[in-house]
Amino acid sequence: MKKNWPLWEVFVRSKNGLEHRHFGSLHAADAEMALENARDVYTRRNEGVSIWVVESKHITASNPENNGELFEPAQDKVYRHPTFYNLPDEVKHM
Amino acid sequence: MANQNLYNYILGIADNSLVLGQRLGELCGHGPSLETDIAGTNISLDLIGQTRSYFQYAAKVSGKELTEDDIAFLRLERDYRNVLLVEQPNTHFGYVIARQYLFDVFHLLFLNELQYSKDETLSAIAKKGIKEVSYHKRFSGDWIKRLGDGTEESHEKMQEAVDDLWRYTDELFEMSEDDQQMVSEGIGVDLPKLKESYYDEVSELLSEATLEIPERKYFSYGGKNGVHTEHMGYLLADLQYMQRTYPNMQW
Amino acid sequence: MSEKEVKNLEAIFEARIARDEKIEPKDWMPEKYRKTHIRQISQHAHSEIVGMLPEGNWISRAPSLRRKAALLAKVQDEAGHGLYLYSACETLGVSRDELYDQLHSGKAKYSSIFNYPTVTWADIGAIGWLVDGAAIINQVPLCNTSFGPYARAMVRVCKEESFHQRQGYEIMLTLCNGTEEQKAMAQDALNRWWWPSLMMLGPTDAESIHTEQSMKWKLKRKTNDELRQQFIDQTVPQADILGLTVPDPDLKWNEERGSYDFGEIDWDEFWQVVKGHGPCNKERMNARVGAWERGTWVRDAAMAYAEKQEEKKVSKAS
Repeated sequence: MKKNWPLWEVFVRSKNGLEHRHFGSLHAADAEMALENARDVYTRRNEGVSIWVVESKHITASNPENNGELFEPAQDKVYRHPTFYNLPDEVKHM
Repeated sequence: MANQNLYNYILGIADNSLVLGQRLGELCGHGPSLETDIAGTNISLDLIGQTRSYFQYAAKVSGKELTEDDIAFLRLERDYRNVLLVEQPNTHFGYVIARQYLFDVFHLLFLNELQYSKDETLSAIAKKGIKEVSYHKRFSGDWIKRLGDGTEESHEKMQEAVDDLWRYTDELFEMSEDDQQMVSEGIGVDLPKLKESYYDEVSELLSEATLEIPERKYFSYGGKNGVHTEHMGYLLADLQYMQRTYPNMQW
Repeated sequence: MSEKEVKNLEAIFEARIARDEKIEPKDWMPEKYRKTHIRQISQHAHSEIVGMLPEGNWISRAPSLRRKAALLAKVQDEAGHGLYLYSACETLGVSRDELYDQLHSGKAKYSSIFNYPTVTWADIGAIGWLVDGAAIINQVPLCNTSFGPYARAMVRVCKEESFHQRQGYEIMLTLCNGTEEQKAMAQDALNRWWWPSLMMLGPTDAESIHTEQSMKWKLKRKTNDELRQQFIDQTVPQADILGLTVPDPDLKWNEERGSYDFGEIDWDEFWQVVKGHGPCNKERMNARVGAWERGTWVRDAAMAYAEKQEEKKVSKAS
């Protein structure tokens, strides 16, 4: 029997008010262990107030080969950005 | 000495942390995975940190020109007051976990009481320690379950370790003269009172881990009076090596 | 894919790196880029975890509680750094177990400095000061390397390592301000660690086979000889402050170059250690392999337990 501890991704909220950010990964046999390991590995210098762990295999990632169709169409949607709209300088608070 | 009982009492508590921290430190780099190495070191660091707080306080209480290191490194074996459990060697990972868990449950119950000590410094150290030790217990308890209810091999190994170390558990509740004196002054913890909760909690977890609760009538004592197992001399040889070989120097 | 298509992709790829764009794991990359990175990152990871051993050797004997805590924290960091680096490597499609196999079978290399023994407490000071010093010189430029996961791991490593060198230097400083015996211990450690530290920065440029490609991929920003010179120039004044003598009779300030000239490195010794015949190669490997093998039942148990728990959850749900 040779089964290795699976890989987990670790997300840490550094302080309340901030989002969880991807910190890295580690190996653990189960979720509880992943959480404990994450605490010991990634927050030993007081870096976090909350941790999420998710087994890496559960993450579905987009494929960079499809980046053209996925992301480029957004590039010319300039009307989504405030600078697209011309207003006279006198208009304040907008 | 201003208060010999208090001084001895602090040492009794601190030596448990010192010796267990030392044992865990030996493991660093030799554990079953990188992740467990990191976890074990964290626990060791917590324990060494507690030790320093206790000894710094003890140095003050002594009324002499003592430092934390004088107390940690320069006593004779007979003057170390830790319980026998914590000095037991890292025979295999099962022993490391069993030793840890059997001590952690006691340690937490103990600190939970010590935080109400009339002695403000001890109370403050206890409050800080409670958070650390709660985590230690969570870590070791989870591992007892994994190893107890893991594979056939791990079950056997875990049972072996629990059986072997069980005889050191009763000493945790033994009252020395210093203990009694400190309890009467409202400073110390009345240990026998913790006993029932201790065995209830440990038994419950061992059962959950599919392990048998050892039935034992005979226990080993002595650590609290400075009569240790044969392992202790070697542990101290390492611990004290520098201070003994090069006396009176700064490091 | 035709050869022409590959060539085209390669050109686009190299141009991206030249523009300082980062490469992420799922991006197309030349096979050689992948292999080189697996080799270098895993070598780096192995160095961290083998590097735990010589210092770990002194945890139980550290001379004060303060030093014991600092050393524990440092060795623990090295485990953490090994872990970050293995993780970075795993994004390239190789598992940590495979990487361990390579280490344990002797196929993979690690920094040969860790094949020297730590015989006195001063060696812990010397390692922090010199070995970490040399490592920092190597590592800081890697925070900007082209492969994203490696660069991110290195940012974390460099941030955490800033205390390591200071820890070592402070040990040396305390020894040098101490008794004659302590000072002699410090000098002896410098004598033994100086040359291996210089070797740690790699073979001379003439002998270094990977330099050109590595420069292009930003795995390297400076050549080995440049790094070595930088290390010597910054370390010699630190030795002066300690009042220690660098064990090199040819060491001399060269006004014209604005650098120190230094003596010949014993490259025979370097290759002897690299090829597995250093003072502790065998001990280090035995320690790593031993820990891994003794841990097998533990890792298996944790997996078995996790599976049982999973089954229980499923049967409860149904």
